[in-house]
Amino acid sequence: VRRRERDQSLDARKPTTPTVGVIGFVWWLTALATGRESYDWFMNWATWWPFWIVPIGLSLAFFQHMSTGVRHFVLDVGAGYELRTNKRGAVVTMVVAVTLTLAMWGYIAWRTFA
Amino acid sequence: MSTPYSPRKGTALGQVRGLGSAKEGAHHWWMQRVTAFGNLFLILWLVISLLRLPGLDYDTVRSWVQSPLVAVPLILIVVNTFSHFRMGLQVVIEDYQHDEARIIALAILHIWTFGAGGLALFSILKIAFTGTPTI
Repeated sequence: VRRRERDQSLDARKPTTPTVGVIGFVWWLTALATGRESYDWFMNWATWWPFWIVPIGLSLAFFQHMSTGVRHFVLDVGAGYELRTNKRGAVVTMVVAVTLTLAMWGYIAWRTFA
Repeated sequence: MSTPYSPRKGTALGQVRGLGSAKEGAHHWWMQRVTAFGNLFLILWLVISLLRLPGLDYDTVRSWVQSPLVAVPLILIVVNTFSHFRMGLQVVIEDYQHDEARIIALAILHIWTFGAGGLALFSILKIAFTGTPTI
């Protein structure tokens, strides 16, 4: 029996972003444990402006994953399967993710530049 | 595509029909939910705590990690979040990788997660055990 291959490009679960997050978390901690020099080297690169896409992208991916996860809990108990409610729930996760990302980076910008 | 050896004949469905459940099908699914619930609090704590620090310079962050109230949640993140990460990527691999590629990908995922987790745990403990917390 030939298995029908699924198209991964249509799947919202992507392994890249969580892998980048794990690398960043472990790198940050090992640099912190190694000493001042390696920590400063890591932080200089991590906060260099052309790389801002990485922490900003990671935060958006995290907040989206978090709000989708909470929505998943609701669906797991069997609620929210009516078409209209279901679609509204999906849109809400995206609004929450973008709002929390903007709020977080707005706060960081205010702390840094104000 | 090779067919795995089976003493039973017939279609894939015919081979498993009548065997009953494997009795462990729900465990992976349930652990994914349990670790997700833990992550909800752990990662929000991490994000809010880092935002509330006066700065992210070496001295500030190091003395922050030296506090047991920080080192312990960080350790829990390595255990809980890394488990969640491993289970989630395992499902993606199982959905899209077939044949030998699946075995190799699952093995790489396993050593990668445990290797990174071990490194992170050692780093946290080294900082926590070699210094006096100031917070």
